[in-house]
Amino acid sequence: MNKNLILYAIILVFGLAAPFIFPAFKVQLSILCVLIILAVTWNIQGGEMGYNSFGNILFYGLGMYLCASVQVGMFFPLAEWTESGGEKTFVHTPLQFFQGMAVGLIVAAVVPTIVAGLIGYSILGLRGHYFAICTLGLGVAAGEISGGIEIIGAGQGFTTPPFPNVGGLEARGEFFYFCSFFALVLAFITIRAIYSTRFKLILNAIRDNEDKAEAMGIETMKYKIIGWMVSAFFCGLAGGIMGGLVGYIDSTDVAFDGREMGVFMVLMAILGGKGTLWGPIIGATVFHIFKEGFWTFFLGWQYVALGVLIVVIVIYFPEGIMGWLREKYPERFGEVIDEADRKAQVELK
Amino acid sequence: MITVQACLDGILLGVLFALIAYGMALQWGVMNIINIAQGDLVILGGYIAYFMYLYGIHPAWGVIVSPFIMYFVGVGIYKLVINKVVDRDLFISILATFGISILFMQLMNFAFGADVVLANSGYGTTFLFDGNVVLPNSKIFSAVVSIVFAICLVIYMKKSKLGRAIRATAQNSRAAKILGVDTEKVYAATFGINAALCGVAGALISITFTIHPYMGLPYTIRSFMIVIVAGLGNLPGVAMSGMGLGVFEEFADYILGTEFRIGSVFLLLVLILVYRRFKLSRKREYLK
Repeated sequence: MNKNLILYAIILVFGLAAPFIFPAFKVQLSILCVLIILAVTWNIQGGEMGYNSFGNILFYGLGMYLCASVQVGMFFPLAEWTESGGEKTFVHTPLQFFQGMAVGLIVAAVVPTIVAGLIGYSILGLRGHYFAICTLGLGVAAGEISGGIEIIGAGQGFTTPPFPNVGGLEARGEFFYFCSFFALVLAFITIRAIYSTRFKLILNAIRDNEDKAEAMGIETMKYKIIGWMVSAFFCGLAGGIMGGLVGYIDSTDVAFDGREMGVFMVLMAILGGKGTLWGPIIGATVFHIFKEGFWTFFLGWQYVALGVLIVVIVIYFPEGIMGWLREKYPERFGEVIDEADRKAQVELK
Repeated sequence: MITVQACLDGILLGVLFALIAYGMALQWGVMNIINIAQGDLVILGGYIAYFMYLYGIHPAWGVIVSPFIMYFVGVGIYKLVINKVVDRDLFISILATFGISILFMQLMNFAFGADVVLANSGYGTTFLFDGNVVLPNSKIFSAVVSIVFAICLVIYMKKSKLGRAIRATAQNSRAAKILGVDTEKVYAATFGINAALCGVAGALISITFTIHPYMGLPYTIRSFMIVIVAGLGNLPGVAMSGMGLGVFEEFADYILGTEFRIGSVFLLLVLILVYRRFKLSRKREYLK
């Protein structure tokens, strides 16, 4: 336990210092934090609970639109803001900007949670591939429908309020980095706390055999909904931060981007190893480095590369990095191996 | 009159959907795989017909040519990817075909450009009820061709040796293997036939409607929806629910506006699945 504390302290200090060590990569680092949040929260469904969701993008996009709308709507008429598009007729003062952002982030986190709770009872009753396709449909439907609503910009997009002119040139990047980093820390602490209780065991029981779990007297539906609400909370928060960071919201290309973020979160969790605490974090980091490193070489071909990557990872590497490590060094993961048993296994092969 | 127009449009459109859904039901039933790339195979088939049109051949011939090409594309996909995910978790197959879908989407975008295109068949239009209902002849042509193809396929599945092998594998792949059916070959053929059906449907769509590299996913979702409403192996059900979906879509188009058309299809999918879940949960369940 002591060793773990030191590890966390090192990571925390490194995370706090990162924007000052790598000033050129602040935006990339904040995107990395958002990606890790998405992967870790996807893992609650996909990894621990066995419900492979393509629909967490719904909460992400919802949070993005809500945060921006609240931030604008608190001080100015929303319709006129989106009407004016790129030409700014309204300017936020610094105080208004930060107030709006704070309230916006709270709304962006809370409303998706409520939405998840409301739709959870009907959606989470679906099993297996029906759940996967249903959530895929939810995400795409949300994108198509929000692309038709005038007040949030419809097809032409929604420009979020620009960062006010305070604290020099570096302030914008640092502000969003610390926002996303604290969201990440919050998410990690919450999920670690969840995983150390009975809750995780219940989720695993649902994954392994839901009918039997129910027969053992566990109210599976309640726990499934709670798990989904936790995911929705952090997805909404991440979406709100990402909206401010990108500065421009488009219904299908930024917010409900099933083709990018929606797949990324699944892919990152699988790459790192689903059903582990650290797997999605490692997966997200590796994936982000790969993406940023190679996307520029594949300019224009990045989706081709993405498609190939998905197929290769899913077919040849379904256990992920953590699964591979676990197979290689089982002792590190606290698995006791009986020598005689292993020899017998080898002989059997 | 608008009601009649929408109904007729919807039914003619629905026949096409039913053809795609039949392919999906076939490979879902036989291989237990949900192919997210179904819609992209359709669009690829459409581009084959479109290219014939560009080179001066009448696009209706695409109905013959594109299934042949698509059959081999389908077998190729099976050999490269699908045969590794057949026996695995369903989610793996969904994700793998999702990857194929993204790959196809982007490759088509590079090869054919991001423009919305259509192959002009020059069939003219039919006017009914004193010109109040306008039906392009190409729509009627496409509906007739899809019905002909569906009937041919049903007869083929009933009578031929491969058809019998496919049905045997669908019932019990292990027993079929023991009795000397080369299931690997059957799977490849099934996927090829599915792709060929998509090719026919795509060629028809490129004549009747428009095609665009990114339009694939709605076709996948539509065929998935039709299959779950009708149930696997229920052919009249597939035809009926396909037409029903077509009519629903035309009405959604008139009432809500074109920008909500795709959105309403996806919402309908969610509603159907939720309805199905509540209907199923009323059944008495027991532990297996």
